[in-house]
Amino acid sequence: MVRPSGQLSPQATPGRMASRRRQAGCKLKPPWFDYHAPESLEAALELLDNAGYDGRVLAGGQSLMPMLNMRIVNPSVLVDINRIEGLDTLEAGPDQLRVGALVRHADLLRDPAIREGWPLLAEATTQVAHPTIRNRGTVCGSVSHNDPAAEHPGILVTHGGSVVIASTKGQRKVPAEAFFDGMMSTTLDPGEMVIELRYPRPPRGAGHGFVEFARRLGDFAIAGAAVLLTVENGVCETARLTIIGMGDGPLRARAAEELMAGSALTQQNSGEIFTAAAQDVMAALDPADDVHASASYRRHLAGVMTQRALEAALARVGDQ
Amino acid sequence: MSREKTIQVTVNRVAYEKTVSVRRSLADFIREDLHQTGTHLGCEHGVCGACTVSMNGRSIRSCLTLAVQADGAEITTIEGLREEDGTLHPIQEAFHQNFALQCGYCTPGFLITAIEFLKENPDPTERQVREALSGNLCRCTGYQAIVDAVMSAAGTEMPDRA
Repeated sequence: MVRPSGQLSPQATPGRMASRRRQAGCKLKPPWFDYHAPESLEAALELLDNAGYDGRVLAGGQSLMPMLNMRIVNPSVLVDINRIEGLDTLEAGPDQLRVGALVRHADLLRDPAIREGWPLLAEATTQVAHPTIRNRGTVCGSVSHNDPAAEHPGILVTHGGSVVIASTKGQRKVPAEAFFDGMMSTTLDPGEMVIELRYPRPPRGAGHGFVEFARRLGDFAIAGAAVLLTVENGVCETARLTIIGMGDGPLRARAAEELMAGSALTQQNSGEIFTAAAQDVMAALDPADDVHASASYRRHLAGVMTQRALEAALARVGDQ
Repeated sequence: MSREKTIQVTVNRVAYEKTVSVRRSLADFIREDLHQTGTHLGCEHGVCGACTVSMNGRSIRSCLTLAVQADGAEITTIEGLREEDGTLHPIQEAFHQNFALQCGYCTPGFLITAIEFLKENPDPTERQVREALSGNLCRCTGYQAIVDAVMSAAGTEMPDRA
């Protein structure tokens, strides 16, 4: 799903485009492409290598298909990876969670090991679009797409996770923060594809919080915050805080993290510290006005979401 | 060129073999090649939910799926919900009893979504029903009757037709 509005010029609404198609007697929506459905990763990588900039991976298709239907993208080669065996690995190990390229959002929600070991990921996934979209859309696809309003890029950053990338030249592993490269842009090179995400297991006793604000259930977030917090003997040991829904992609709030790490943190003084953290977040943000929200409203919301996510995380610290 | 492909697909218990353009959506394939026009198209970019069908037991947006991707799959649409003797599916019956439709445009998508939800959640709260249906838009009824219908169908056995 792309944003219901905002990315298209007023002249290019889906309705008007459909009516132009009908007038032209054309019932096909996407531009022409060569379609391939390889059955091995090697074959897929070969196709992507040959296609270069003109190639696109089709996994869940929940963002790519609307973009094709609206002709926002125009790849000449589509490589459908849905028939490749072994890309649906979903493995919750002692140290890390591995999420393969064909793992759907719904797969994460059905796995009790993820709710238990990576509850931040599970909680955020319930906010990804709607059940039917979650049946098809993939986690790796969402990360590769890097819509600033999407949940998964920010959750991967909060976990300090990494992205495994494959091409005909071999594989490489990139830390999440080095992967995201501006709005809907990543450091993925032509011919490469994401084959796996890795989420380190959060520290024992870590509290998690995820809060987002959207106008309607399942809409893209106007602002959201993801938190992982560890507290030992009333002192905050580590804090990870990521803001989503504004800027060019997931935004790690380093100033707020540094403010909290090492400081005394109890239910009594948390209000003061969380307010200061929210102020740090708001100072670090420079959102733009758009049709969904003004810049000042977005910045205000980011502060509120930060405070709520921190409160939720602190309340859960020590829960096992 | 790889711009046409022959696919085998079972729709509402009938097997078809058809050659399709690779850029044809599953929704257009069902409506225009198979002439089963119960599956409706609203927004054609995944927002409205009217085109929702069941593929291999999971609800999907047929406007966001290519027909070639359904090769080998089993599809159920609104046309496949009732019994061959015309008996309505329990969820159809519940929509009827609760006046949960007016123009009917969104109804096929709501039914497929609700069936999948009730199979996994036989005893839902109203809040859960509203969350489950949040990806389907209705412009007539204001949703209350639709939620009532799904709540009333909860707990009844869902035949294995979607």
